[in-house]
Amino acid sequence: MTALLEVDNLKVAYGKIEAVKGISFSVQQGQVVTLIGTNGAGKTTTLRTLSGLLKPLSGSITFDGKPLSGIPAHKIVAMGLAHSPEGRHIFPRLSILENLQLGAFLRKDPEGIEKDIQRAYDLFPILGERRKQAAGTLSGGEQQMLAMGRALMSRPKLLMLDEPSMGLSPIMMQKILETIAELKAQGTTILLVEQNAQAALSLADQGHVMEVGSIVLSGTGQDLLHDESVRKAYLGED
Amino acid sequence: MNTLPQQLANGLFLGSMYGLIAIGYTMVYGIVQLINFAHGEIFMTGGFGALTVYLALPHGISMWIALPLMLAGGALVSVLIGVGAERFAYRPLRGAPRLAPLITAIGLSLALQQAVFNWYPDAKSARVFPQLAFGPYHIGSITIQSGDIFVIVAAPLCMAALAFFVRLSRTGRAMQATAQDPDTAQLMGIDTNRIIVIAFAIGGLFAAVAGVAYGLRYGSVEYDMGFIAGLKAFTAAVLGGIGNIYGAMLGGLVLGLAEAMATAYISDVPGMHQLGGQGWSSVWAFVLLILVLLFRPQGLLGERVADRA
Repeated sequence: MTALLEVDNLKVAYGKIEAVKGISFSVQQGQVVTLIGTNGAGKTTTLRTLSGLLKPLSGSITFDGKPLSGIPAHKIVAMGLAHSPEGRHIFPRLSILENLQLGAFLRKDPEGIEKDIQRAYDLFPILGERRKQAAGTLSGGEQQMLAMGRALMSRPKLLMLDEPSMGLSPIMMQKILETIAELKAQGTTILLVEQNAQAALSLADQGHVMEVGSIVLSGTGQDLLHDESVRKAYLGED
Repeated sequence: MNTLPQQLANGLFLGSMYGLIAIGYTMVYGIVQLINFAHGEIFMTGGFGALTVYLALPHGISMWIALPLMLAGGALVSVLIGVGAERFAYRPLRGAPRLAPLITAIGLSLALQQAVFNWYPDAKSARVFPQLAFGPYHIGSITIQSGDIFVIVAAPLCMAALAFFVRLSRTGRAMQATAQDPDTAQLMGIDTNRIIVIAFAIGGLFAAVAGVAYGLRYGSVEYDMGFIAGLKAFTAAVLGGIGNIYGAMLGGLVLGLAEAMATAYISDVPGMHQLGGQGWSSVWAFVLLILVLLFRPQGLLGERVADRA
């Protein structure tokens, strides 16, 4: 079985500083794969490279059987790779509805789009209640819901979520994590970057621990959750 | 005749013209955070483009036929220069320190002026611009030139078309998204390079309309007409809130009216009798800019959005 996403020896640099130093991993159809690690480990850089916002120095990325090198970001979305960026990045002066519609920018099926907007409202009822409101007036957690809903609007084959629980209240964090579990149950393939390692590993089929640009440990979510060094470094246990 | 209605009419003309040019500054700034200081010259080349078309037409042709062709010709020249500047001068500098494109813009501005000065036939002095066959009209004590009527009709039409385009079209929505967050716009599948080109093209189009208005109103076009007009329009864009298209038009109107009023009436203020007249008009425009920057730096319609991180 070939993987939906295959990353091979990927290197990414900002000027002379190598932020990602040759990582390899893959995501199978229907899996949740997580990258965990401290700030500056290269997780966000990896996602931004996959979605085409950054150009890799070397290495290859194969998505759905096609190489992604040299393809601009706006065309990668069309191939079925959606990215909900770190910090949410909703369009603050557009309404919630307009944000969701932008998520479906490349789609040409108005009925399908309408149906998916309904689905986003079902997933996050608060978005439906406030559909006309400017997105910048939402709370952090609500903005995160919108960012996820918007990413789903392209009907992606692979959904990349960058730090979806960052900066949220414990209740909001819980809600977001439950939603990810729900999406997983529905069969959505997810590449998840999370600082909440406990939660991420509990959800994940596969996990990779990144440190200063390299993957230092890989395994199933359960394996890593019980790994001594992971427990010490990322789960706050001595 | 410095009657109030006359000054209002003058202010309305000036303001509409500034507003049309200001759209180009504000759209480009809103999307790429670049002050395109060559935009005054894009306005100027629009005027010369229109003149060129007129000169190519058979002699004695009706202005009703000539004017649309002149507008099309001026627009073509302005749009090509605007889009060309983006493609070959600004795009290679994207991601460079912000001073680099700014200096490039100033250089481009000088280059365009000198190109017209040296290479356009007889452009070393003012070139006579054709006039509409009607007007001037006298209403009571006011004189309204045909050029006034042209811009006062054209500017609201252009603005309304732009507002509909930005609000209701798919491309307009993509422009708003790109202005608010270019990286994330790409993640939605928006080709932001295309959006930037469209912003420059719309700016060029509006500048050409303003260039034709200038020629009709003043009876000539000059190679350096874009310098002061460009600065004033930039002032109008800042005054209205740079990045906001409604602000650009409002800023233009406020600036034009303030300039006309100050020119006519400031000398009536005790102690300021020496400061009246045309020679001081630019001074009042820039005094207004300074006041706005001091007391409302985001501009009249500039928004302070609660962007929560």
